[in-house]
Amino acid sequence: MNSPIIEVKKLRKVYLQGKVEVEALRGVDLSVPAGEFLSIVGPSGSGKSTLFHIVGGLTPATSGEITVGGSNVSTVGDAGRTELRRKCVSFVFQKFNLLPNLSAGDNIRVAMHISGMKLEFDKRLQELLGLLGIAGRLEHRPSELSGGEQQRVAIARALATNPAILLADEPTGNLDSKNSDAVLKILRDLNEKLGQTILMITHNPDAAAYGHRTVHMSDGQIVDTSFRPE
Amino acid sequence: MITKLVWENIRFRPVRTLLSVLLIAVPVTLILTLVGLSEGFLSDSARRARGVGADIVFRAKGSSLLSFSGASLQSEFVDLLAKQPHIKQATGVVIYPIGGFDSVSGIDVPAFEKMSGGFVYLQGHGFQKPDDIVIDEYYAEQRKVRAGEKLKVMNIDWTVAGVVEPGKLSHVFLPIQILAEKTASEGMVSQIYLKADSEENVDTAVAALKKKFEEYPIYTMREAISLTSVSNIPLLKNFINVVLGIGVVIGFSVVSLSMYMAVLQRTREIGILKSLGATKAFIMNMILTEALIMGLGGTVFGIILSYITKFTLQKLVPASLPPAIVMSWWPIAGGIAVGAALLGALYPGMLAVRQDPIEALAYE
Repeated sequence: MNSPIIEVKKLRKVYLQGKVEVEALRGVDLSVPAGEFLSIVGPSGSGKSTLFHIVGGLTPATSGEITVGGSNVSTVGDAGRTELRRKCVSFVFQKFNLLPNLSAGDNIRVAMHISGMKLEFDKRLQELLGLLGIAGRLEHRPSELSGGEQQRVAIARALATNPAILLADEPTGNLDSKNSDAVLKILRDLNEKLGQTILMITHNPDAAAYGHRTVHMSDGQIVDTSFRPE
Repeated sequence: MITKLVWENIRFRPVRTLLSVLLIAVPVTLILTLVGLSEGFLSDSARRARGVGADIVFRAKGSSLLSFSGASLQSEFVDLLAKQPHIKQATGVVIYPIGGFDSVSGIDVPAFEKMSGGFVYLQGHGFQKPDDIVIDEYYAEQRKVRAGEKLKVMNIDWTVAGVVEPGKLSHVFLPIQILAEKTASEGMVSQIYLKADSEENVDTAVAALKKKFEEYPIYTMREAISLTSVSNIPLLKNFINVVLGIGVVIGFSVVSLSMYMAVLQRTREIGILKSLGATKAFIMNMILTEALIMGLGGTVFGIILSYITKFTLQKLVPASLPPAIVMSWWPIAGGIAVGAALLGALYPGMLAVRQDPIEALAYE
């Protein structure tokens, strides 16, 4: 077992909805070793997206401790969380979230530019584009690509910056079953061949089964953990 | 990469971009047209003053060189001044305003023609009948009349006896006696032009006149023409400053609104950039670069529009509002447009920077 790349202890998150406090996370403990493919499942409102957003540095926790890639991010401010997103974690979203006015290639380059990388596609990235099957589609804008292609561009963009952790939020939620299978196989290949740590939120038990381990969330807590049979 | 991102943003929403550029161009055109009109009007006045052929101008007590005034100088002064040392010739004129920036000049025809070298007639001839009026080419174009046709001036129907080349004192001429009669100013003139016996003696003549007629404004024509500039007319200067202020406010509001809309339209995209780790400086840089490009585009478009305005004014009112293109004002108008654009983009930029990435990503 590798050392943990994500360590979450007694994590709480309270939102204000109007004047009402809503407790989205109620003391979550989670440890994710480097190289794990972890699936997070649970009904809507169970807190899985909130956990995801805190681990990815999109929002701060109310209390608790979070260590991501060896850095304690529970105490950092907005700039620290921006740095985390820039250097350590990348996202793949259900709605792809590609910039509509840029070509697929430029969507990838923007992420590289923000991360402070050179804009040339090196050998590693070209191999990744080949693996994702989008090497010939880089000049096209998102509107000219199928949903499956858009999601593969989003995966390429997320991995172009060589992040320690890939956070995938319902990555197959907008895809048909054929494209869903393709994307899930790509994620599994990336995990197995490149040792990429992946956290994936999903509603779909079949999709969750691609992970080594599945944590089940309900009412802001982890209520169960299951492992993929070897 | 930011430039590319901004450029693609601008290209991706061409209608919004064009509208913003057009709206930024409006104050630029406004400023350039106003300055062009001021300069054009004053340089036209200066050219016409030079065309009189005089060396010295003598005005009534307490009158201003750069204002229209009634005839308040007794015409006996004409003969008196003609007898002063180094003065070769004197001619009095009556200037009567006829609305807007236009005026009619009543001239002593033989004396004026002698001093100015005479009119060059493009159509028709000089004064022959009591209802004859002579106008210059610009005024003929503006009023769309030709020699021999009727023209209403001062609510009186005149016959256009001749159309002359522009550049001599006025756009509209009447014999001095007729204008004086129609305006109840017989025996009076507005100002008197003097010709010195030689150019070297102009200053000596002026010094002698100033000594003798202490309370009267007396200028060499060189002084009079050099005084005909925007900076020497406080009201015009203030007016231009007010229009500049309006230009800044319009530019600021337009860009602010436009960038606010742009930020709103791009909420999700800003969320995406933030999820990729874009810093506040990156987002602000992107918004300000876009504002800068639109400010520069608005300046160029505003300059083009000022040429169109000039062409239109030249066609419609070449005599009353002679327009000019004042290139030295391009950087000033551009600076105002770009400055207003950048200022206007600051607030929407700050909104974008502060946007919560999760809410931004959820924005539809």
